[in-house]
Amino acid sequence: MKVIMSGNEAIARGAYEGGVRFASAYPGTPSTEILENMPQYGETTYSEWAPNEKVATEAAIGASIAGVRAMCAMKHVGMNVAADPIYSFAYTGVNGGFVMVVADDPGQHSSQNEQDNRNQAKAAKLLMIEPSDSQEAKDYMKKAFALSEKFDMPVLFHVTTRVCHSKGIVELGEREEAEVPDYKPNIPKYVTTPANAKKLRATLEDRLAAVKAFANDCEFNRVEMGDTKIGVITSGVSYQYARETFGDDASYLKLGLTNPMPDDLIKDFCSKVDKVYVVEEMDPYIEEHVKVLGIDCIGKDVVPKYDELNTDLVKKAFLGVEPETSSADLQAVVRPPALCAGCPHRGLYYVLSKKAKKLGLMITGDIGCYTLGAAPPHNAIHTTICMGASISMGHGASIALKDAGKKNKVVSVIGDSTFFHTGVNSLMDVVYNGGHNLTIILDNRITGMTGHQQNPGTGSTLMGKEAPEVNIPELCKAIGVKGENIKTVNPNMLGEVEAAMDELLAKDEPCVLITRWPCILKKFSQQDIDEFKTLGKKKCVIDQDKCINCKICAKTTGCPALISTKDQVVIDVTSCTGCTVCMQVCPHNAIEEVTR
Amino acid sequence: MSDVKNILLVGVGGQGTILASKILTSGLMKAGYDVKMSEIHGMSQRGGDVSTQVRFGEKVYSPIVGKGSADVIVAFEEMEALRWLDHLKIGGKMVINDYRIQPVPVNLGKAEYPAGIIEELKNTCDVVSFKAADVAKELGNPKVMNIVLLGALVKAMDLDGIDWDAEIEANVKPQFVEINKKAFHEGFNM
Repeated sequence: MKVIMSGNEAIARGAYEGGVRFASAYPGTPSTEILENMPQYGETTYSEWAPNEKVATEAAIGASIAGVRAMCAMKHVGMNVAADPIYSFAYTGVNGGFVMVVADDPGQHSSQNEQDNRNQAKAAKLLMIEPSDSQEAKDYMKKAFALSEKFDMPVLFHVTTRVCHSKGIVELGEREEAEVPDYKPNIPKYVTTPANAKKLRATLEDRLAAVKAFANDCEFNRVEMGDTKIGVITSGVSYQYARETFGDDASYLKLGLTNPMPDDLIKDFCSKVDKVYVVEEMDPYIEEHVKVLGIDCIGKDVVPKYDELNTDLVKKAFLGVEPETSSADLQAVVRPPALCAGCPHRGLYYVLSKKAKKLGLMITGDIGCYTLGAAPPHNAIHTTICMGASISMGHGASIALKDAGKKNKVVSVIGDSTFFHTGVNSLMDVVYNGGHNLTIILDNRITGMTGHQQNPGTGSTLMGKEAPEVNIPELCKAIGVKGENIKTVNPNMLGEVEAAMDELLAKDEPCVLITRWPCILKKFSQQDIDEFKTLGKKKCVIDQDKCINCKICAKTTGCPALISTKDQVVIDVTSCTGCTVCMQVCPHNAIEEVTR
Repeated sequence: MSDVKNILLVGVGGQGTILASKILTSGLMKAGYDVKMSEIHGMSQRGGDVSTQVRFGEKVYSPIVGKGSADVIVAFEEMEALRWLDHLKIGGKMVINDYRIQPVPVNLGKAEYPAGIIEELKNTCDVVSFKAADVAKELGNPKVMNIVLLGALVKAMDLDGIDWDAEIEANVKPQFVEINKKAFHEGFNM
């Protein structure tokens, strides 16, 4: 049967067909939909959201050593979090086939950096597979588990945003069930004490050599001969751009197994063509290897070294041609992403922004929708480095500032899911070492930015089961934050937020402010409806007779439901959710709340 | 690749380009074409500009519509038509929803929404523009605006040989099938 599938849907399908029985992930763009698509195969495959990528990887490693085919999935930076287990798992090798899907984001559509994780496959000594479209994503994923077992190596399944989020036609196949052996301990293989690990390190070289031999003659690496004046070596989605650029006027070495590299195949291909071009996104991963083999080639001297590639860029780089385009005199205004109308973060940021100006706060931020608090009009996040860093960076900053005799207080802003991811360890650092930054946990009852995934605080799982909820105030108490230093507020009530913030900012010890209100785009549970009684019941309107068009509401809240034109501000009734933040900031009482 | 046709659906996060492109690609696949579609998820969805790219033909390689190559651009929002003009093929068509969503910099008073976009674009390329939001509202559900625009796109691309009613039936909930079919035909006849 043929269906249209995104790369991520196809990876999930391929894993199912490949006999996977265990899948774990932490959501992250562009990888999120892989695990979101697993519960449909729930009869054969257990799937879960883990609190972070390291935990997801370790859970899958455990399942593999127990004897079943297992996978984990993450965005590119998630692999940094998961690096610790995977670098050593490469030594031990697998029992059940193991595949780690890592989705890079060239062009940084939704990421803080653009790291090329093909380098990590080489550094960690993993078998790497790279599909170039949805059909290959499905087919290669299916075969990756058996490959992992055959060579006793974890597989890094490397994809990029355009493979993950492009759709194409996929011919479906049948599931191939793998037998689960009875469990037998194998201490020399799986206990990486130095004595064992040194032996495993040596066998890893043998395993890599076996894959290298296989790579020279396998279905993942193929030659497409056309005109032999130009030979193009490429992998992943770049193959599609190269194919479209050169058509039949070139020959192609299309690589799908790229660590270890197929040296003999590369040498043979290059000997048959006059000139070698390497077409790849981000780092010169293939190019450098080709050059190490002593083969002259053209790659990053003409192809951009960063950002996403496309056919236009490949044509410009190698053919020197650019498309003819139309243009207009008018200029489109930039449309940066913004906190949604009714977003519970808006009230918090309104107050925090005011305090920051008054008190000279340093505000360390984290990764999620709430990173948008860094944008105008709030400008209320001063740093974003990685998941969970807000609290630990705030700790270091507050100690350093105080020791240097500076008066600035430090506030750390983090979301619920990010707090569970790695923030909780950082809070332990603050408490244990007597820090004094104020931690604000923005608990919107869901993992928001990636599109509403369950997490340990939401009370339900990926497979739709009820689950215990982490109680954030109790967790903070257990770590050692004093009960009187933990406050929970409704972020839409500005007075409540301000009073709590003032009280906690006056203290010189670990404090936690929790804002608790659901993401307005979330599908509300019965529990949400019972707890947050006014949700979705109200909206706001502007009384134009009272309004003096000062625009304070629009300019200080940045709410997209407030539409400001020269003559007036109006509230868009379809997008207003009645959070009442604008009503509270209006100095002329011109905004009122009405029942929907 | 001259037989490959390129379509861009552009708008603002939350306008519902996904369902329109799902119906479109499914119809094209059943008509026997190779189809690829590309979209970007994540941060840009929070009120940022979004694009869905659809390519079809005998064999499609790249999922991305390049500059100067779109046969038709459907703009769900007026300024997005302007933003993507450089992707239109010389001689290509623009289907523009006469509808504005002000970006944050305009609401903050830091920029002005450009006036006279549709008139200016009419001087540059072949433009079909109408108020799809009003059409949808008259039909009784503002959310079917996307299917009104899909109807207009199918007309602009001369893709009326495909059973679009069947695709609507297969892709929307039963209670919304009739209104979406009406929306499609209203858009098609614009």
